[in-house]
Amino acid sequence: MTDGAPSVGFFSRLANPGHFLAWSRYAIAPLAVAAALLVAIGLWLALLGSPEDYQMGSTVRIMYVHVPNAWLAQLCYGVMALAALGTLVWRHPLADVTAKAAAPLGAAFTAIALMTGSLWGRPTWGTFWEWDGRMTSTLVLLFIYLGIIVLWRTFEDQARAGRVIAVFTLVGAVNIPIIKFSVDWWNTLHQPASVFRAGGPTMPASILAPLLTMTAAFTVLFAVLQIVSMRTEILRRRADSMQRRHASELSARPA
Amino acid sequence: MSPFASIVRRDLRLAARAGGSILTLVVFFALVATLVPFAVGPERELLRRLGPAIIWIAALLALLITSERLYRDDHEDGSLAAMRLARLPLEVTIAGKLLAHWLTTAVPLMVVTPPLAVLYDLDGATLLRTELTLLIGTPALISYVGIGAAITVALRRGGLIAPVLVLPLTVPTLIFGIAAIRPLLAGTAATALMFLIGFSLIAIVIAPFAAALALRMGAE
Amino acid sequence: MIDLGEHWAFVVSAYAVATVAVAALIGWVVADARRQRARLAELEAKGIRRRSGGPWA
Repeated sequence: MTDGAPSVGFFSRLANPGHFLAWSRYAIAPLAVAAALLVAIGLWLALLGSPEDYQMGSTVRIMYVHVPNAWLAQLCYGVMALAALGTLVWRHPLADVTAKAAAPLGAAFTAIALMTGSLWGRPTWGTFWEWDGRMTSTLVLLFIYLGIIVLWRTFEDQARAGRVIAVFTLVGAVNIPIIKFSVDWWNTLHQPASVFRAGGPTMPASILAPLLTMTAAFTVLFAVLQIVSMRTEILRRRADSMQRRHASELSARPA
Repeated sequence: MSPFASIVRRDLRLAARAGGSILTLVVFFALVATLVPFAVGPERELLRRLGPAIIWIAALLALLITSERLYRDDHEDGSLAAMRLARLPLEVTIAGKLLAHWLTTAVPLMVVTPPLAVLYDLDGATLLRTELTLLIGTPALISYVGIGAAITVALRRGGLIAPVLVLPLTVPTLIFGIAAIRPLLAGTAATALMFLIGFSLIAIVIAPFAAALALRMGAE
Repeated sequence: MIDLGEHWAFVVSAYAVATVAVAALIGWVVADARRQRARLAELEAKGIRRRSGGPWA
């Protein structure tokens, strides 16, 4: 599949930002509609169409909005990590854009996961923050996202930023499972009695339907936001290079 | 002398010439450890319990603020570019720099730990375990500092960014380092120590490659 | 009426927080998109040409 010069491969065509702008514009509306529909169905299932959990009572409904965001927190980092590989291994021009667009989205979903998790914890465990393994590693993940966002803003040369941030993203990708493991271990150290594990060992079907629907809804929401953000980033870079070109032309003109 | 050893020697000599920086580092470390009792109160039992943790955190913070020193001077006078292009692999060069950095930062901290242990009324066994965990854990901390410094080397407004990047990565080292000092449950100290050794080794191995990659990517 | 049980306040808060946050996120993404498109249009109106070729031109 990989070849030398003449024929432009599928991925190279996909890689061209102009091409991406062309096809992505038609994806936005359908995805947005799909997201809205899934959210509507999901909300109905979550709030009206499903019973209470026999252990947790009505607070299980919070899970339907917490779990999708926790899932997205991981997914967005996965997207950034794949994009990082794209930058470092294949020098894919869209990889930078993908990574930069995903970072604030991932941070937002992580923050929502933390806030909803905290509100879930209060009636369940009595405190707004329980230093349990999952919440704590999600908090550390948020810090990693914020660090990456700061890096994007601090580098002037965005191409250089993309490459360096790709290295850091991969370092983070290797370390995040280690962090999760160590935090879980730390947690069992301080709470040898088994902490109430929300969700239980078996998930009855009545919980699965709203859970999966809301998860799908949020995932599609992320997809459409990601595409829009990528388009914006491409436009931003075009405008930047035009401004730079204009500025250099102005300074080159004779007085 | 092998190229690796000469890198180590070079950085050691440069650090020695920098004079006051090791003293500053040690004073900062001691100050942080001294400040905490002002915040939590001088109750002996509490301080005895918190002692190793405070010493670890103070060491972590002290190591964070030294990250500038790793590559900044070499970056500014062009030696970093020379190292990148040299025949000696950049990874080996960085490994040498990290070793020298550890010798001039973590080791002084470990030397100053015993007097601080007195402030917290730690018994001999606890002090010994604290030193041991610092000995095993600080190489990991230096590794992460090395990666963070490589990523931010060219940033003029770098400032606090490197610590912000490094701190989340140090969570496992911190957790296992402290857990290895005092067993909360039977047998956990030994487990923690094993984990600490394992992750420290992983960090030491990964760091030169990651830092070299970051330096190369930042310089293209 | 939806029976949200005794902890209804927390359920409501959780959904409210999520809704506000998602709305803010969508708002920010859309506003940023509009801003960049306006900026590009303004530059093009000024007659600044784009160099053809290369991914960002």
